[in-house]
Amino acid sequence: MIYVIQTLVDAVSVGAVYALSALGIGLLFGVMRLVNFAQGEFVTIGIYTLMLTVGLWFPLAAILTVFVVVLLALLADRLAFKPVRDADPATMLITSFALSYLLQNVLVLIFGARPIGFNIIPELGLPVMIGEIRIPRLNILTICVAAGLLTGIALFLRRTRIGIEMRAAAVDFRMARLLGIKGDRVIAVAFALTGVLSAVVAILFAAQTGTAAPTYGLQLALVGFVATVIGGMGSLVGAVFGGMIVGVVTVCLQALLPPELRVFREAFVYAVVIAILVLRPDGLFQGVGSRERV
Amino acid sequence: MMTRRWSTFALLSLAILVVAGIGWAGSDIFQRFVIDMLVKLVVVLGLAVFVGNSGVFSFGHASFAALGAYSSAWFTLPVAAKKIFLPQLPAFALSTQVGLPTGAAIGVAFASLVGLAIGVIIVQLSGLGASIATVAWLAIVTTVLANADAYTRGTSSLVGLPLATGIGAALVSALLALFIAFLFKTSRYGLMLQASREDEVAAKATGISVRAVRLWAFVLSAALVALGGILQGHFRGVLTVSQFYFEFTYLTLAMLVIGGIRSLSGAVIGTFLVAGCAEMLRIVSGGFEIAGLMVPALPGLREIGLALMMLIVLLARPRGIMGSREFTWPVKTG
Repeated sequence: MIYVIQTLVDAVSVGAVYALSALGIGLLFGVMRLVNFAQGEFVTIGIYTLMLTVGLWFPLAAILTVFVVVLLALLADRLAFKPVRDADPATMLITSFALSYLLQNVLVLIFGARPIGFNIIPELGLPVMIGEIRIPRLNILTICVAAGLLTGIALFLRRTRIGIEMRAAAVDFRMARLLGIKGDRVIAVAFALTGVLSAVVAILFAAQTGTAAPTYGLQLALVGFVATVIGGMGSLVGAVFGGMIVGVVTVCLQALLPPELRVFREAFVYAVVIAILVLRPDGLFQGVGSRERV
Repeated sequence: MMTRRWSTFALLSLAILVVAGIGWAGSDIFQRFVIDMLVKLVVVLGLAVFVGNSGVFSFGHASFAALGAYSSAWFTLPVAAKKIFLPQLPAFALSTQVGLPTGAAIGVAFASLVGLAIGVIIVQLSGLGASIATVAWLAIVTTVLANADAYTRGTSSLVGLPLATGIGAALVSALLALFIAFLFKTSRYGLMLQASREDEVAAKATGISVRAVRLWAFVLSAALVALGGILQGHFRGVLTVSQFYFEFTYLTLAMLVIGGIRSLSGAVIGTFLVAGCAEMLRIVSGGFEIAGLMVPALPGLREIGLALMMLIVLLARPRGIMGSREFTWPVKTG
């Protein structure tokens, strides 16, 4: 029983990080049909920023990380994506792919390809005892931060003017523009939000692993993609639940698979993803973007 | 019958022949560069069959290169080497050794079958969803191969493949791939697939079974990419799982996109251009001495240069260098 609860807490905390990652991908897909490979590198650069500022007071380092990543996201929008915004989604996809490769290798050039270890707030690794259940503080923090951020973004999208504009743009970008919504501004805000989400994912991920390597973001971006697809492309709620499902499935497989099959865990996770796609090609929460309209 | 269309094929074949001829006459190092480039061309033409005609990007085709390369190596490795490196192979594979052509046929057949199985699933999905499913597929294959120690030696490399890919094999394969890609593109099914690329709904409305033509293009393209993977394995003599992962995907897609996905001339030009630039950047990033000044090795510089090149082409010409044009020779169609 204790083992089950510990595994569940683990699953939810991994799922929470994945959900944040998926929401970042889902936001940009919703507003501009962009599948953003470079989000992985937004996260990686966040991790490196954190590594460079690790000597500072932690809240300051965190704020700096968010600042750097948001700036990076806005620059990416302005320099790489704005010129291809009117091209077909496949061209944008490839642009983001190239940008991802560029940023990843700039990191290789500056820091080398090997992982670099660093430690932010070692006390987070200590467990909290609730009765006989040991829960690492980091897991609790992860779940709380993710829940807070998701609530904040939900409120932002429902209650603020720009949030409502963003949802309108996600339903029909052209119509929204005709009604006077500024397309550039909506997209810039979507990129900024993606930046915030990536930075938070970077901080949580760095706290968990304590290392930085140029390829870390890729894994998270891949999870984000599959999460948005199984959630239903274009549905933000779907993206969050998709991320949560991928995280929970990953941790449960880790716990349930016999040891000799455990090395194949990722393959099983992605096989589950493909199975969901076969059964529900439009995703679990069918989004507005999933079917082409005539 | 010589038509305008076939003049493209003739011109591109000639370009490939000329490049191979220069490679054959050049130094050993240069020849290796040309062989590698022709092998990449086979992969890029394979990608063009599916990605170019359907407009659906696949990030998973590296998996077919890997599957083809490993499954052919199970048969082409010398028996003695197999007994040391892969003692757990099934007995019929362990006791036979075949040449590259037979090995390639086995590898292509295996990869095509797997391509058919996963293709059935992938074509159920809409364009972007399908692209992302191919990413998941690549992750599955890489994980399985990297941990199937009995068949691939896992994360260590499989060495001892006969070095059977010379300039001749590379040339013949590149011409074959060009011919198949050309035949498909100009065939009834190729045109149906291109119609679905331009407007999926309208294509369906005219009675085209989009899923079926996508599936067959996917299998054909998997077969050609597998051939490229097999050639690469027998060119380097060494197989690793990471050889067919993100970098392979990136490089071959960049070649296709920079040339222009809608044009086979673009696929050829893009491959030659990117391979040439990559080679030059590789030499530069390896470190060199200029006027007594040592420039240190800069790992990552080659990749950065390629990524910048791809971004610049995408921003300036979103449809690649060739767009949807092909090289043609003005011939009378009488």
